[in-house]
Amino acid sequence: MANRIGVYICHCGSNIAGKVDCAGVARFASGIKDVAVARDYQFMCSDPGQEMIIRDIREHGLNRVVVASCSPRLHEKTFQKACARGGLNPYLMQHCCIREHCSWTTADPGEATAKARHIVEAAVDRVGHHGELFSREVDVLPDVMVVGAGIAGIQASLDIAKSGHQVHLVEKSPSIGGHMAQFDKTFPTLDCAACISTPKMVAVSQEPNIHLMTWSEVVDVSGFVGNYTVTVLRKPRYVNEDICTGCGACLEKCPTKTLSEFNEGLSERRAIYRNSPQAVPSTPVIDASVCKKITKDKCGICQKVCPTGAIDYTMRERREVYHVGSIVLATGYDAMDPTPLREYGFGRFPEVYTALQFERLNNAVGPTGGKIVMKNGEKPKSVGIIHCVGSRDRNYHEYCSRTCCMYALKFDHLIKDKVGHDTRVYNFYIDMRCFGKGYEEFFRRVQEEGVTFIRGRPAEVVEEDGKLVVVGEDTLLGMNVRVPVDMVILCTAMEPGRGATEVARVFGIAQGQDGFFLEEHPKLGPVSTATDGVFLAGTCQGPKDIPDAVAHASGGAAQAIALAARGKVSISPTTSWIDPDVCIGCKVCINLCPYSAIEFDERRNVSVINEAMCKGCGSCAGYCPSGAAQIKHFNQTQLFNEIDGMLGMMFEPPPPASDPQAADQPGEA
Amino acid sequence: MSSEFEPTILAFVCNWCTYTAADLAGTSRMVQQPNLRLVRVMCTGMVDPKYIVKSLLSGADGVLVSGCHPGDCHYINGNYKARRRVKLLNEILPQFGIERERVKLTWVGASEGNEFAATVNGFINEIRELGPMEARSMAVV
Ligand SMILES: Cc1cc2nc3c(=O)[nH]c(=O)nc-3n(C[C@H](O)[C@H](O)[C@H](O)COP(=O)(O)OP(=O)(O)OC[C@H]3O[C@@H](n4cnc5c(N)ncnc54)[C@H](O)[C@@H]3O)c2cc1C
Ligand code: SF4
Ligand code: SF4
Ligand code: FES
Repeated sequence: MANRIGVYICHCGSNIAGKVDCAGVARFASGIKDVAVARDYQFMCSDPGQEMIIRDIREHGLNRVVVASCSPRLHEKTFQKACARGGLNPYLMQHCCIREHCSWTTADPGEATAKARHIVEAAVDRVGHHGELFSREVDVLPDVMVVGAGIAGIQASLDIAKSGHQVHLVEKSPSIGGHMAQFDKTFPTLDCAACISTPKMVAVSQEPNIHLMTWSEVVDVSGFVGNYTVTVLRKPRYVNEDICTGCGACLEKCPTKTLSEFNEGLSERRAIYRNSPQAVPSTPVIDASVCKKITKDKCGICQKVCPTGAIDYTMRERREVYHVGSIVLATGYDAMDPTPLREYGFGRFPEVYTALQFERLNNAVGPTGGKIVMKNGEKPKSVGIIHCVGSRDRNYHEYCSRTCCMYALKFDHLIKDKVGHDTRVYNFYIDMRCFGKGYEEFFRRVQEEGVTFIRGRPAEVVEEDGKLVVVGEDTLLGMNVRVPVDMVILCTAMEPGRGATEVARVFGIAQGQDGFFLEEHPKLGPVSTATDGVFLAGTCQGPKDIPDAVAHASGGAAQAIALAARGKVSISPTTSWIDPDVCIGCKVCINLCPYSAIEFDERRNVSVINEAMCKGCGSCAGYCPSGAAQIKHFNQTQLFNEIDGMLGMMFEPPPPASDPQAADQPGEA
Repeated sequence: MSSEFEPTILAFVCNWCTYTAADLAGTSRMVQQPNLRLVRVMCTGMVDPKYIVKSLLSGADGVLVSGCHPGDCHYINGNYKARRRVKLLNEILPQFGIERERVKLTWVGASEGNEFAATVNGFINEIRELGPMEARSMAVV
């Protein structure tokens, strides 16, 4: 039986019709072999547009459909569903793009129309060779893995746990809380960071549905949505978490010291340490790279002083395997190291601090007990705060880090409040971006506290007579400025976590141009990724403040809960298939498959696809010397026909729209 | 410039990177010469050299294969496989009287709409310079 194809050309308002002669293309399509109806319409994706297709399937007995409109990445699913409602297998539809790749990018209307006809002809030629395909439903495992336990990972875990699902929460550092645990106060409310985050951290440790693994990292992920197998590397802590009571006796006695990462290098910690007295879990960890017992088999003091016998120098790393239905990534950000911006003197001048260092200076349990003092112990009489260090700067990061203006204001207030109202505070800013709820109000309040704002990115920080001088231009007054200060704080950019590339590789997701994890859609899919069942939470997707990170995390959690609640997910049938009558058993494909989805059937001497594991990448089909391996929906016949259609007519001028006679000609081959 | 000749270019681009970049070029209204026809594939790793040869023999004057940057392939390493295949094809094309410049492999990431438009326009110009594919008339298919 010959095919009966329906072709639908969308105007997309004037988006397509403004360039492409849609009616002409439809007339042209109606002349192509097997086309039963060809229509053009204002908005194919609208309800009446979809109804038109459904009606035609029934009334004209269509068994194939072509829709030419926007990119299939936007509406392929819409039209597949419309076909399904009309009783047609969704894979008997071909969606082709005459907007993004044609009307919007072609200058000349005649040429745009000609190009649209090629695109439509290719789709018609291809769709004739489509076959019915059926999605499979697979079970979704009920457990969820959350990676990273900053405020975003904590929020996501608590949300998921509340829904009754088990969470496996993996954190690479010794305790949870992420960057927020380093702060003392948070903008714009100035509530104490510990007072709002500690209860959440404790809730994580007490929630029966959360299985917390700190000092651990994910090293391998396999499987697919609904059924991921995750291998977690449990690094040896050398302190038995089940026995340790967190008394801290060991912490004082350890004789080995090294710089504290948590205090941003402003103080030392011991070889056995925990980040803060409120750390969750409270069990310390031994830094094997400096511990004398582990490196040189000397010392062993902590073992002697531990009242519970929790210290175990022989602990080895372990690998544990978890089976989960979905994964939420919340691996956060890192603050940029300002050393490369040599003009600001970080690392050269002791009184130049990063913003995170300042957070520690101000923290009640930080290196100075919360006193804002210089290295010599004295209070600064004047402080310069340089905004946008490494942000909005083409040499480093083009983007805005979205938090620096606000935490700079927080610092302004804290300095005035703690050091004294006579302390002079200068902000060197490009623009003040105070967009959040209560942020502009906070800006005003800080302005009224007598803080100075100088517009312009400073050129450099120099040292003169033992004092720092910020040199720059006040672009509002149009004059050069030299501001002597005792202390300089650099508001360094938020950038992708240092391990982000490795995380992206392990979880099979992409990074955007800026290095942050790429969401499925910048507006409509900010928490999902291109990999089904892997969701994003917090600043791993881009710079955010705490309220936004928490909201984003709840979004990611909702996606994971939705999957787990339904318990089933449908999997695309566009996998590979190996024709056993054609396969010569060369096994080339087996090594090419990146997902180990191909097995060898010794008895029949052919390779066989495991459809549950195949992702349809086509690595096997692209190489198979016998042509046995073919991707369903992207097989050789379909592609050959698409190619032929694309090349169907060579560059001859488009027929005038007013001449239906000419438009009906399918063009010469 | 060989005045009358307008080349026809076929491009095999992967769904995840270059096709997305092509969409972005469209949304950003980056005008391109109309000589290009896009064929969407899921990954450059599925581009069988047969598809490229077939395109050249059926009327394309140049074939572009474009996918994700090395390391960014949605299917881990399909683009490396494409790189090897295209390189091999580039080696043997001259034996059939086809200039190796007619087949080109590029990486254009999902966010690089401007790069996509530039790549397309550049390749069209290169092939226009090169002229029509003479070998086609001589080829025995
Ligand atoms: C100086 C400064 C001051 C700020 N002040 C404020 C403020 O006052 N108010 C406000 O709203 N916002 C503030 N912010 C922004 C705030 O820090 C962030 O919004 C928030 O911390 C983001 O939380 P997160 O969970 O996304 O990331 P993070 O806090 O970075 O947490 C990520 C977690 O993931 C872990 N991790 C990373 N990689 C892995 C891996 N591979 N495996 C397992 N675990 C991993 C990390 O160890 C960390 O615990 C400030 C930012 C800076 C730089
Ligand atoms: S490459 Fe092709 S012929 Fe060789 S084993 Fe795989 S399917 Fe069979
Ligand atoms: S298409 Fe082939 S190579 Fe790709 S995942 Fe499936 S079986 Fe493996
Ligand atoms: S998915 Fe883009 S090259 Fe493989």
